[in-house]
Amino acid sequence: MAIYADNAATTKISDAALETMTKCMKENWGNPSSLYTVGQDAKEVLEISREEIASLINADPREITFTSGGSEADNQAIRSAAAIGKRKGKMHIISTAFEHHAVLHTLDALKAEGFEITLLDVHENGLVIPGEVEAAIREDTCLVTVMYANNEIGTIQPIREIGQICRKKDVIFHTDAVQAVGHLPIDVAADNIDMLSASAHKFHGPKGVGFLYTRKGIPLTNIINGGAQERGKRAGTENVPGIAAMVTALKEACAGMEANAASLSAKRDALIKGLGAIPHSALNGDAVRRLPGNVNFCFEGIEGESLLLLLDDKGIQASSGSACTSGSLDPSHVLLAIGRVHDVAHGSLRLSIGEDITDRDVEYIIRSVGEVVEYLRSFSPIWRDLTSGKKQFIL
Amino acid sequence: MALYSEKVMDHFRNPRNVGVIEDADGVGEVGNAKCGDIMKMYLKIDDDVITDVKFETFGCGSAIASSSMATELIKGKPVSEAMELTNKAVAEALDGLPDYKMHCSVLAEEAIRSALEDYEMKKK
Repeated sequence: MAIYADNAATTKISDAALETMTKCMKENWGNPSSLYTVGQDAKEVLEISREEIASLINADPREITFTSGGSEADNQAIRSAAAIGKRKGKMHIISTAFEHHAVLHTLDALKAEGFEITLLDVHENGLVIPGEVEAAIREDTCLVTVMYANNEIGTIQPIREIGQICRKKDVIFHTDAVQAVGHLPIDVAADNIDMLSASAHKFHGPKGVGFLYTRKGIPLTNIINGGAQERGKRAGTENVPGIAAMVTALKEACAGMEANAASLSAKRDALIKGLGAIPHSALNGDAVRRLPGNVNFCFEGIEGESLLLLLDDKGIQASSGSACTSGSLDPSHVLLAIGRVHDVAHGSLRLSIGEDITDRDVEYIIRSVGEVVEYLRSFSPIWRDLTSGKKQFIL
Repeated sequence: MALYSEKVMDHFRNPRNVGVIEDADGVGEVGNAKCGDIMKMYLKIDDDVITDVKFETFGCGSAIASSSMATELIKGKPVSEAMELTNKAVAEALDGLPDYKMHCSVLAEEAIRSALEDYEMKKK
């Protein structure tokens, strides 16, 4: 039995994407900046890819900048909006407490440079309230950056509403859509999105490639300086095979999106129901407004890393927000942001299932998690204190 | 590449001396839930010799393995010798721990010492 349930960390490249990649490496290995035929052939692949990505999110090809992935896109988007703000004397940025570190650490750096950062509450259900975004916007706000869907607890934010507010208030709106692209329908025009980050390896594309959508009229600031690639906004010879493979993967993901989402949601809900039956457990994040493949639970009285290691022994590969899996003393900032206290946040489990999962796998996961949690509790001093009444249960 | 040595995984998967001693002569508990590690040690001591030891641990793989190894290292030993147990000895017996997991072996050393101190206190 081998069940990969960590698709939010990365996905396996699809056969078609891999084929596109190797074919491109063999046939279109030229440098797109070269003026001779092999170079221009590669340039053509690059520009067709840009058109295809644009059409999949309802953007214009000139609004797509290829990057090395989601982190680079996040860094460039935020840095660009900050630079525009600074020129106008607007140095206030709004975000949320549970963004990816690619966003949070960039904001930390801007704070050190004199920007003021407001991090919105994401509440117990892991959702931003649009009215709170509106209330937080000030005269000097230059950027609102809110992730499309959270990478740990899968909650889907009211992006369209937030976008409307930002458009009305004339503030740039960026969304880290790394977990959403390829899994949810994205329409940057309808959603009023000014900037959007995406990463290929989250939708069965290759690692090391992604893109940043930037609405016409918003000037980008370079993160990587050098040659004139990507209209001078992102130097470095383009990763043409990776970009072409990303297009293949995204086309596939979008074509099968509705069917996949329906089948995944059913399995997700079966997992939520099954794991919810384990005593003193709790689902993290809203049960309905969440990614089709995301399940995230806290189990009281146990620690996440030992849970993961024992599940790995049973062939189930998943992740946790415990401190021990991150190498720090604090558990996941996402779980803390939705109000989970340290004691229970250490005992979290994230399952991010993929299209290949079967009903039998779902049953096996529920049974296995139940067994491992019970086993770990059997010699947990916290569990003893909880069951003997020495300590109060939190969940 | 494995996160832990074979020895750590063996002690994690098949922890030795797991459980509780109801009429223990010394009990020690260290760590806290906030940091994600709690170890509790129970000692049975006869004539200043540790005749039985059990542990309960809430924590990661290396915390469980460190507790298990620490109990093995002191079982059957005189109290004076057990007092000398160091975290280094625990980590070495496990064929090493990743740097950021060394605190687990420290916790094991502290848990044993705390249980021994409890025994000394009760004796007085």
